[in-house]
Amino acid sequence: MTASADTADLAEPIMKTPGYWAGVFKRFSRDPVAVSCAIIVLLLILAAIFAPYLGLNDPYKASMIKRLKPIGYPGFPLGTDEQGRDMLARLIYGGRLTLFVGLMPVVFAFFIGSTLGLFAGYLGGWVNTVIMRTVDVFFAFPSVLLAIAISSALGAGIINSLVSLTIVFIPPIARVAESATASVRSLDYIDAARATGGGALTIVRVHVIGNVLGPIFVYATSLTSVCMILAAGLSFLGIGVRPPEPEWGLMLNTLRTAIYVNPWIAALPGLMIFITSLCLNLLSDGLRSAMNVKD
Amino acid sequence: MFAYLARRLIYVLPVAVGVSIICFLLVHIAPGDPLTAIMPVDATAEEQAAMRSAYGLDKPLPVQYAIWIGKAATGDLGKSIATGRPVAQEVFSAVKNSLLLAFTASVIAFPIGLLLGFIAGYFRDTIIDRAVTAFAITGVSVPNYWLGIVLVIVFSVQLGWLPSMGAGPGGSGQWEWDYAHIRHLILPSVTLAVVPIGIVARTVRALVGDIFSMDFVQALYAKGMRHGDVLRHVIRNAAPTALSVMGLQLGYLLGGSILIETVFNWPGSGFLLSNAIFQRDLPLLQGTILILALFFVTMNLIVDVAQAAIDPRIKRS
Repeated sequence: MTASADTADLAEPIMKTPGYWAGVFKRFSRDPVAVSCAIIVLLLILAAIFAPYLGLNDPYKASMIKRLKPIGYPGFPLGTDEQGRDMLARLIYGGRLTLFVGLMPVVFAFFIGSTLGLFAGYLGGWVNTVIMRTVDVFFAFPSVLLAIAISSALGAGIINSLVSLTIVFIPPIARVAESATASVRSLDYIDAARATGGGALTIVRVHVIGNVLGPIFVYATSLTSVCMILAAGLSFLGIGVRPPEPEWGLMLNTLRTAIYVNPWIAALPGLMIFITSLCLNLLSDGLRSAMNVKD
Repeated sequence: MFAYLARRLIYVLPVAVGVSIICFLLVHIAPGDPLTAIMPVDATAEEQAAMRSAYGLDKPLPVQYAIWIGKAATGDLGKSIATGRPVAQEVFSAVKNSLLLAFTASVIAFPIGLLLGFIAGYFRDTIIDRAVTAFAITGVSVPNYWLGIVLVIVFSVQLGWLPSMGAGPGGSGQWEWDYAHIRHLILPSVTLAVVPIGIVARTVRALVGDIFSMDFVQALYAKGMRHGDVLRHVIRNAAPTALSVMGLQLGYLLGGSILIETVFNWPGSGFLLSNAIFQRDLPLLQGTILILALFFVTMNLIVDVAQAAIDPRIKRS
């Protein structure tokens, strides 16, 4: 190993320096907790995507006589729900909507929020005032309340949940992006770039983004767990995904009446939300230390 | 201090106005005519027009906003469509119950969170630290509406120790400080406390750990200060940030308890809100969200001012 590294160093000393991302990957892969969480999340996502090919029962097929069967009932490894539908199939299919609605808003908010924060932080002046004061107003709502307020105004539905959760997560990301950009902006190399005639867009694209995207990205990953819980919570309240779609929050809601009959079946969908959200949090913590980002 | 207070007050006003604009617009981004919820289906065009002007819905939006905010400023938030009672009255009786829940949850969460966080920060990178960190991350990751259901399954359904819903025996809305009522408070407040325990513990752990690695701690030990006195300095340094986190969490507890209140049928603002959602009772929805958001804004203001009062560094910046 060392021998080949040495020859590489001699041949092309600059090109072969291990990059920042190689270091991040190396540190991340040495963190057993973060790696296992990454694998669990990946498996959940893969299971959700390939659910139709896993040989599961039909998640929509109800049966009046097989309602609320216990875990381990023949043919139904995780029992059945209040309409006699297979819990295992519904939990795996449920991952599709839950993970989609739980993760995509952070992705959207990451792009929109970073863009807003970058421009507010770099341009300063009235642009900053307009963007950041608007962000402050949205910040004045607790995130749960804001998500519920917008979702209840828009009505139930997948698109409406995506929209309301994206709006909830833009302000925090924009704020982090703004402060990261503002602190980079006053550095000497930005002044140098400006002095050599670089325009605002070019400087942001070439010199600023690379230096602020890491912290913003890590911060965004830390929001995924909250977003998952909120997304499922909206469905739990009846203002997210509509029945009969399998979705963990919605399943938790419809199974609430079953806690006197078969309580542990009723708790299963919530357990899935919990496991996913825990893994997302641990994953984000692992990324934070691998990327060496300070709060 | 007064200059700082004045500056913060001036700064909070536009935010409050913005919040009220969002609450006002909520009704108008709602698909469909807000009138359809209150008008009988066979209403004639004239009746609809009469109703429209009675509610002021025929005026331009800015005028409608001005009228609404003018009334809201005098405490008139309109009437609930479902019950016909004034929204302000409904919201305030519900907020009282929510505050009770939020304060009880804080009383449970803050001492535990502070203690755990401090211990973990003090014994950083030991097995104790790892145990606390694991506990704290579990706390922040748990969907608390699910935890509420699990606690109900264990303590109400299986063990039969505690009631599973409502704020008192017989479903009475009146709160009293007696055994029967307090029994109803236990499960919801414990459920609500779990997330803030995790957040406070995580924040305080990082904070205390960082302070212990600062040079001034070394200097204090070097000049021969006793261990207990050094701890006092560390706590004093950690206090402003810890205080602000707790203040914000109290605000979140009030605004974020809607899911827990739904799980436990707790007659608070969140429960009111979810009823308003289902009955499409827009004035009630608008009013509840406005009051909760303004409470949160006020809470932030108090936190900032309190932080400045105990941390002289903030006023100077």
